[in-house]
Amino acid sequence: MKWRFLEEKIFQALMIGATGLTALILLLILGTIVVKGIGALNLEMIFRLPRGGYYLGQEGGILNAIVGSLQLAGGATILAFFLSLPVVFYINYFARRKSFGPTLIRFSLDVLWGVPSIVYGAFGFLLMTWFGWQASLLLGIITLALLELPIMSRAMDEVLRPVPAELLEASFSLGATRLETAWKVVLRQAMPGIITAILIAFGRAIGDAASVLLTAGYTDNLTTSLFQPVASLPLAIFFQLATPYPEVQKRAYAAAIILTLIILLISFISRRISRHYARHLVF
Amino acid sequence: MRGYSRRLKRELLASWIMGSTSFLPVFLIFLMLLGLSLKARPLLWLQPLSRLIFSDEWAPFKGHFGLWPFITGTIWVTFLALIVAAPISLFVAIFLSEYAPRRIREIARPMIDLLAGLPSVIYGVWGVLLIVPFVGHYLAPLFGTYSSGYSILAGGLVLAVMILPTIIHVLLEIFRAIPQAMREASLSLGATKWETVKYVLLRQGASGILAAFVLGLSRALGETMAVLMVVGNVARIPRSLFEGGYPLPALIANNYGEMMSIPFYDSALMLAAAILLILVMVFNLIARLVLVRLERRLL
Repeated sequence: MKWRFLEEKIFQALMIGATGLTALILLLILGTIVVKGIGALNLEMIFRLPRGGYYLGQEGGILNAIVGSLQLAGGATILAFFLSLPVVFYINYFARRKSFGPTLIRFSLDVLWGVPSIVYGAFGFLLMTWFGWQASLLLGIITLALLELPIMSRAMDEVLRPVPAELLEASFSLGATRLETAWKVVLRQAMPGIITAILIAFGRAIGDAASVLLTAGYTDNLTTSLFQPVASLPLAIFFQLATPYPEVQKRAYAAAIILTLIILLISFISRRISRHYARHLVF
Repeated sequence: MRGYSRRLKRELLASWIMGSTSFLPVFLIFLMLLGLSLKARPLLWLQPLSRLIFSDEWAPFKGHFGLWPFITGTIWVTFLALIVAAPISLFVAIFLSEYAPRRIREIARPMIDLLAGLPSVIYGVWGVLLIVPFVGHYLAPLFGTYSSGYSILAGGLVLAVMILPTIIHVLLEIFRAIPQAMREASLSLGATKWETVKYVLLRQGASGILAAFVLGLSRALGETMAVLMVVGNVARIPRSLFEGGYPLPALIANNYGEMMSIPFYDSALMLAAAILLILVMVFNLIARLVLVRLERRLL
């Protein structure tokens, strides 16, 4: 009899311990990076380009990487949105009832969701060699958009599925076509979830390094054309950390703070926006 | 199209465009597989696949492309991560779904999401700052060996943390799918809460829990930057956890620059990517099928 309750207590302790450990790890990650990088973080880092000798510890900043990351992730998110929207509209509203299409598409999105970013990078690299392109902003955007496609589509699909059927039927009964129903009724009802889906995908893209490493190159200048190489924040962290100079490594930690702040900001905004738009919901 | 109103024309056009773009994900999978294997083919003419996979001689300049050190590196790091992450994530998921008060659950959700959303470079920086010195200065002397810290163990630990949120997320969904009535039946028979977890949740969800671990495994398999930064990148078959290793994704990321200048190097790297893709796809397929079947049984 006693053993049963002892067992209960032991496992409760283990569970609380495991949960505490997980929380501690998250705090440790954020804490370590802030403590190590805060000293090197200043306005010059954010608003200046790297000068000659920057990677030896001379002055400059990582404006190129911040702007580059926004260009890459922004472009990729727009492209992924225009690829995802037809996909989710099709599997939810346009496909024939009980046809095999939606199941197949959902399943392949699940599989793509699990494909590692380095494989997307390798695929982007293949496109590059086939078409004779250079590492460029455009190629980076295309690769990241493919990476975002399953994330965004699956998240949007999750949002569209619970849209009540009565809402659709009301729209159809008024004579609206499927396109009009999807575009004007469903989209409004599902807006908070769709914006969250877009922001999640944007966050994934801005933090991804492996695919960008192979396709977008790196540059110390601002990128003004789709066909030039582009810098990115994760790679700026990676390259600066790889140098043997402590001052430059410190800047890598500072850059890591900037990237973490961007990610935190995105998740904060997505929470706020979904709450804001939730007021317009019908149901 | 004549005779249709503008609205109907638009509807038909949209229907046609959507129908054709929607199969992009399906094509993309085949395109990736096809592209990578086509690019790897010249190397396969040179040497049989079995030799490329099982040979441990890696000397691109001499035309030796044995991938075995990288495959073993991947296996060590991945399984270490899973062994560390599996019990922790299971305990966390049970706690959050069965024991935790509402307040804690509401705080935990965004924290797990945040952990999942942190870029892998951030995990890498953290690994370099904390895990690598921890392994080098504390763990290695504790076991009476020397290690620089950049090791299989460091890679596995960082990876374990990275796959925690993925596994917890799937586990929570499985536990939520198990009907409340089953728990109540067990409790009403006088079982303690843990006994209910043990005999109802873990038994009913057994296949799903395995699937969650497999999904975590496949996530760990392809993780690149964080591992690359802490694992040491030594192209040799590892013999201990404290030695450096060189997993497949790190191989691709580290050498893409040189691969155009050495013959067959690009083929070897694309072969590595193809192997990764196939492994991940197989694991994902298995896990998804198990999850779908479990869901059908419980509903």
